Amino acid sequence: MSKLEFSVNGRACTVEVHPMKRLLDVVRDDLGLHGAKEGCGEGECGACAVEVDGRLVVSCLVPVGQCAGARVRTVEGLAPDAATLSKVQQAFLQYGGAQCGICTPGMLMAATALLDKVPRPSEADVRTALAGNLCRCTGYMKIFEAVVRALESA
Amino acid sequence: MLPSRAMTGKAVGRSVPRREADAKLRGQARYVGDVTMPGMLHGATVRSQVARGRLRAIHFGPEVRWDEYVVVTAADIIAAGGVNTVALIVDHDQPALVGIGDIIAHREEPVVLLAHPDPHALEPARRAIRLEVEPLPAVLTLDDALAARTVVYGEDNVIKSYGIDKGDVDAAFAAAEVVSEGVYETGAQEQLYIENNGMIGALEGDVVTVWGSMQCPYYVQKGLMKCFGVGPERARVVQLETGGGFGGKEEYPSILGIHVALLARKAGRPVRILYDRGEDMAATTKRHPSRTRVRSAARRDGTLTALDIDFVLDGGAYATLSQVVLSRGTIHAAGPYSVANVRVRGRAMATSTPPHGAFRGFGAPQSIFALERHLDEVAHKLGLTPEALRRKNFVTKGGELATGQLVRDDIDLGALLGSALALADWERKRTDIAAERARSGAPLRRRGLGLATFLHGTGFTGSGEKYLASVVGVEGMADGRVRVLASSTEIGQGTQTVFAQIAADALGVDMADVEVATPDTRDVPNSGPTVASRTCTIVGKLVETAAHTLRARLVAAGLLPADGGGDLRAAVQRHLATLGPLRALAQYEAPPYVKWDEGAFRGDAYGAYSWGVYVAEVEVDMLTYEARVLDFVAAQEVGRVIHPVLATGQIEGGVAQGIGWALYENVVWRDGVMSNNRMTDYIMPTSEDIPPIRVLFAEAPYPYGPFGAKGIGELPMDGPAPAILNAIEDALGVSIRRIPATPEVIMDAVEGAGASNGDGAGAGAGVAGAGVAGAA
Ligand code: FES
Ligand code: FES
Repeated sequence: MSKLEFSVNGRACTVEVHPMKRLLDVVRDDLGLHGAKEGCGEGECGACAVEVDGRLVVSCLVPVGQCAGARVRTVEGLAPDAATLSKVQQAFLQYGGAQCGICTPGMLMAATALLDKVPRPSEADVRTALAGNLCRCTGYMKIFEAVVRALESA
Repeated sequence: MLPSRAMTGKAVGRSVPRREADAKLRGQARYVGDVTMPGMLHGATVRSQVARGRLRAIHFGPEVRWDEYVVVTAADIIAAGGVNTVALIVDHDQPALVGIGDIIAHREEPVVLLAHPDPHALEPARRAIRLEVEPLPAVLTLDDALAARTVVYGEDNVIKSYGIDKGDVDAAFAAAEVVSEGVYETGAQEQLYIENNGMIGALEGDVVTVWGSMQCPYYVQKGLMKCFGVGPERARVVQLETGGGFGGKEEYPSILGIHVALLARKAGRPVRILYDRGEDMAATTKRHPSRTRVRSAARRDGTLTALDIDFVLDGGAYATLSQVVLSRGTIHAAGPYSVANVRVRGRAMATSTPPHGAFRGFGAPQSIFALERHLDEVAHKLGLTPEALRRKNFVTKGGELATGQLVRDDIDLGALLGSALALADWERKRTDIAAERARSGAPLRRRGLGLATFLHGTGFTGSGEKYLASVVGVEGMADGRVRVLASSTEIGQGTQTVFAQIAADALGVDMADVEVATPDTRDVPNSGPTVASRTCTIVGKLVETAAHTLRARLVAAGLLPADGGGDLRAAVQRHLATLGPLRALAQYEAPPYVKWDEGAFRGDAYGAYSWGVYVAEVEVDMLTYEARVLDFVAAQEVGRVIHPVLATGQIEGGVAQGIGWALYENVVWRDGVMSNNRMTDYIMPTSEDIPPIRVLFAEAPYPYGPFGAKGIGELPMDGPAPAILNAIEDALGVSIRRIPATPEVIMDAVEGAGASNGDGAGAGAGVAGAGVAGAA
């Protein structure tokens, strides 16, 4: 067990856990943030994606010990408040980017990470950026549309 | 049942914001893995690990302190006066747990259940259990099942067989100008919902309750009632947010629901089992592998005079749903064509693999693949284009399908084909490809075009809907809004949104005035399982009818004007205050014309069909033999589209699964179990593998669907695989008769090496050259 400090969605957190515990389990079990999902536990599906210091990671492969002092962002940190969605979330709603919703937290994190760097992505940019996130429901088309159009009004 | 008016309301036909979306987008939706209960234990399953045998003993190793664990075996079921079975279609099929002295019928049979407060304590305990098994011979391939030298089911390994007979097939073959024949095979496919199966069980007083990820709460309830020997009032099933199903959560949740409930009863505390990906892929159901021999007789002008089809499914070790999968596959085998003489023999065979089960399309994609591949071979042989051959044989409105059913849908397949080809830019691309081929003799990449035309029956097959006799309720709530009561589950398709649209327009109110209840068997009537493309059209129709009845009741009470309008909220509240509870129920009635003879397999197999024409453009890399879909057009007639964005999403998602089935998704069998049971080794399409998918709806309202809607969900699974493989034949000039068309399969076809091997069950005749059996 060791004591670790880092921030999650802008809030300071302290946890006492084994440093090899997966970041995914720490955010879900210790911090009660259930947005990130486990689809495979081996880095293939991207359902567990979160941002660590602005970098997109699959949290099922990250030992929490590596996150000491880091800024962690999860899907719960995307919406500005309970009444408003982020632009990407809003676009997913409008264009039908979420069906069953289990891949959605990871998709939103990957899409947000892309749009933070490339505000007007082409469909090809989106395809590449989301290649690590599997979706079995949508066939991806509506997700591409949502991401390409997310910042249209910006 | 009264026909719907195909009128436009405020909600139906519009892409209103999805009600289920907000929580999902915020990461707040609660799936089974996100739900814990006070004192909850974690459960795990010990499985058989031999393909076939007789369980002699269970040994619990001394290295584990067993008093810390809750341990359940078959003996616990019997001791409590229950029945050791998972009741589904038939009451006695697979056991809930294999007991001492019982037969182990496949490698993933549950034998022991364990629970412990610490999830990490489960794995060591699981490893400390040793099963003593007397081995028995297993049946690992479809060939072995058919040969029946080893019998693992019934007298001859046949789980079920069906036949369709129309006209005089033998006479037609005797008189045929051109006879063609081919054997076509499809592999198993894993549903690969991104959320694995999971369930929580608890005892609420004397009520056995389970919560979890599922498609069919009342199936799970039926299983609990039988196994626990209790009535419906003592078995409660609640659906939680469900992360995809596609058929994969149609039947397996019945087993898992029983398991968590057994553990919870013994523990006296809630117990949750979450499968990990490896267990989910190995142990739960997949699409039935198939082998279909198609023989056709045609005139030289392309008119098909007879079809003789032998359709075989690998059902796995138990009957489960195989008979219904088989019936749908058998009925769809002759396609959307008007052929005077048709014989179809369908058989589901037992093997020693985990049972195969429901997967989007439910047997139809398998038999449609065979026929649509075959028709391209016939077209080539006759020197016709694939589209010309199909045009020659399309059934038209009023025409007769293989079961003798007359087509009542307002369908013009020729026009639908024309629209699809125009959208796909078929003629121009064909000219370009021909020019490309003329230019370079041995290009590194070869392009090809292919199409498939097909139909998909709406709702349960044959008398299925009549037996289900589904019920939906609409009730008034204290605040004046109404609530739709149905057990149909939201699994990503937008059920709640669509029901709210239908109810709102039927009542003439805002969608905000309609709530849709959570599927909980305590609160909602049995509207049937969420399968068979039936939710929107069959259950939606009941929502519409119940809403109309509720409104009529308010009108009769003088609380609403008869000619529409009025304040529904006020009327509901007045009704509740002065006349008491307000609840309207609607029960399924078949459209008046539907006549089905289950014995002869003749008549109206479905109330209506949805129709599709799919077009694929494919490129094959001649160095790596990888095939890629470059462009895809999906044109269909599905009746009235209730929600365009959701409907398009259903089509695109189905097409993507079809692309996976056609090219990438290869279940590798070893000793009767999937050996590549990880996402790393089982490849489903990513965002980089899916081409642009262009979706076109032709809408011919169906009078017996809500506002004219027919079924959508399964249809898009039928077309992609044959369209893609037809495009590959166009590109390469060799016919591949087996999917998935992995690079190995394509290489074998091109280099003429014969069937590739190593896949165990499902491999077989495999690849054949372009030549089909010669003209008679
Ligand atoms: S759970 Fe982390 S990538 Fe699948
Ligand atoms: S929405 Fe279901 S997996 Fe993506």
